[in-house]
Amino acid sequence: MRQLAIWRPGSTRVLPGFGLSMGISVLFISLVLLLPITGLFGQLAGLSLAQYWAIISEGRVVASYMVTIGAAAVAAVVNAVFGLLMAWVLVRYEFPGKRLLDALMDLPFALPTAVAGITLATLYAGSGWMGGLLEPLGFQVAYTWVGIALAMAFTSIPFVVRTVQPVLEDLPAEVDEAAMSLGATDGVAFRRVIMPHLWPALVTGTGLAFVRSLGEFGAIIFIAGNMPYETEITALMIFVKLQEYDYAGASAVASVVLFVSLTLLLLINIWQGRFVRRLHGGKG
Amino acid sequence: MSIRLQNIAKHFSSTQALEPINLDIHEGELVGLLGPSGSGKTTLLRIIAGLESADRSPQAGKILFGDRDVTNVHVRDRRIGFVFQHYALFRHMSVYDNVAFGLTVMPKKRRPSSGEIRARVFRLLEMVQLQHLANRLPAQLSGGQQQRVSLARALAVEPDVLLLDEPFGALDAKVRQDLRRWLRRLHDELNFTSVFVTHDQEEALELSDRVVVMSNGRIEQIDTPDTLYRSPKNRFVFEFLGDVNHLEGKVHNGVLTCGDAHLNVDLPNGDEELLLRPHEIRLTEQPSAESHLPVTITAISPVGAEVRVELEADWLVKPWLATVRHADFERLEMSRGQRLFAHPRHWHRFKEDTKAPAKQGRAA
Repeated sequence: MRQLAIWRPGSTRVLPGFGLSMGISVLFISLVLLLPITGLFGQLAGLSLAQYWAIISEGRVVASYMVTIGAAAVAAVVNAVFGLLMAWVLVRYEFPGKRLLDALMDLPFALPTAVAGITLATLYAGSGWMGGLLEPLGFQVAYTWVGIALAMAFTSIPFVVRTVQPVLEDLPAEVDEAAMSLGATDGVAFRRVIMPHLWPALVTGTGLAFVRSLGEFGAIIFIAGNMPYETEITALMIFVKLQEYDYAGASAVASVVLFVSLTLLLLINIWQGRFVRRLHGGKG
Repeated sequence: MSIRLQNIAKHFSSTQALEPINLDIHEGELVGLLGPSGSGKTTLLRIIAGLESADRSPQAGKILFGDRDVTNVHVRDRRIGFVFQHYALFRHMSVYDNVAFGLTVMPKKRRPSSGEIRARVFRLLEMVQLQHLANRLPAQLSGGQQQRVSLARALAVEPDVLLLDEPFGALDAKVRQDLRRWLRRLHDELNFTSVFVTHDQEEALELSDRVVVMSNGRIEQIDTPDTLYRSPKNRFVFEFLGDVNHLEGKVHNGVLTCGDAHLNVDLPNGDEELLLRPHEIRLTEQPSAESHLPVTITAISPVGAEVRVELEADWLVKPWLATVRHADFERLEMSRGQRLFAHPRHWHRFKEDTKAPAKQGRAA
């Protein structure tokens, strides 16, 4: 049972520095996280409920929700599959260049998203290497929602790989071997023994990737084409409103994104907590 | 089901983990593979299981279960039960589901009906005395209980042979004792062929019908525990099976001398090293005609059936360990710092260069 550390005046602790470290942490969270969010809600205070509703339910904005959520969902599913595969390859096999591949996994985090966006747009445009190959076959990637999903998948794949990897490392090879010695085929062993362990991590990683994709901006706008009602993402709508000095409107749309993201994160956390507790026999 | 290994060898890249090995295990036998870490015992067990494959070149070995050649049979089709040191239970499944796993993954036409599976699982859980914990998760059980679940899980598929890799290695001493006895009883009841790996000589000698002593990828000796202890084939086996005291010196005219100590031995002239077990040393207040081995008591441990006494002397490189009866201990009024004389009742000698059998001598 995890005991939450609660500070009581006069209580003596073995571990020193609780007051100072907790204080600095709270200050930091306030400055970096809470203050900007407060600012955002401060902007909203100028709007009436009807105005707020009008802004967030405007046709072009609603279309952008659809594009964003749809593309993010596709990107998340694609990442779930390929991220799991990559984590598997990185954990279970030994091959030359493994460390390099492992390091490359973080590239999307290291690369400025705008650079990634421009690179992807250049590659997949009709004149680019990939676009030149795909477009004659009838696949247009750049300036469609496929391009958006692609850019989202690129920026969020490390979330899946990096959450699944440690869990997979934690799962001893002996467990596979035990399943096989009991006569299980590879497929059955994977489905009944390995997947149940990876589930929580995979769902968490995919959820994080999805949430990240909802808010991605830099990597997407270059490849999206940004056609109203077609390939505009919600982050772009916020940007457009800012350009028009419509701070209240931008905040209203931003608050929707924030609400959806936070709700998802909270749900994932609760669900995962329950799962982990079950796995560790109520001691987690 | 008997197990026969012919010419089984194993390389890991360039290092040889196993030299070509031949081994016959009879039906219904409980055989212990004993050796220090790195001796190749676990590799051998995993090759029998099919979790590791033996070398195919320069010469392909053969593994037979009864008359069935399983050399190229996948682990899942070998019909073995494998028990891992760290249990390797499926953590997300209840105890019941863990034990039932092997039955539920059988192909449809061989799979028992769900009622039959239930009955069989509960029979096994009863056998390992865990039926009241069927719905618990592995994490809610103690180590000993988890290992019993893993044993029940391995037995559920009615394997031809049961293989155990250091099954009690992760458990504490008391639980280990209990489980050991319990496994022996289970084995006598069900009479399956089993092979287990251990680095604990006491465990191997207590549990096995026959013990295979291994070192450096080689089989040093295969014998019953009794024969193994009484007549070890070589120095390695002798030293591995218990505490050993060394006496090094020069033999001249039938007297071995080492500093101010000497002992009459029936050996040719030259450098010699004699080995003695702790219980082969007798302590007295006076030297005898045959031996003059002055020692000083440096430590005493009176726990157990015998008193363990540590002895030092300036002619000794490493201190000796002797076990004396409580009666003798009281009669001589032993205390730390006391000077006594040691008399070997019996000694052993292994010449490394010749493959000649060990010579044993009797003194005083």
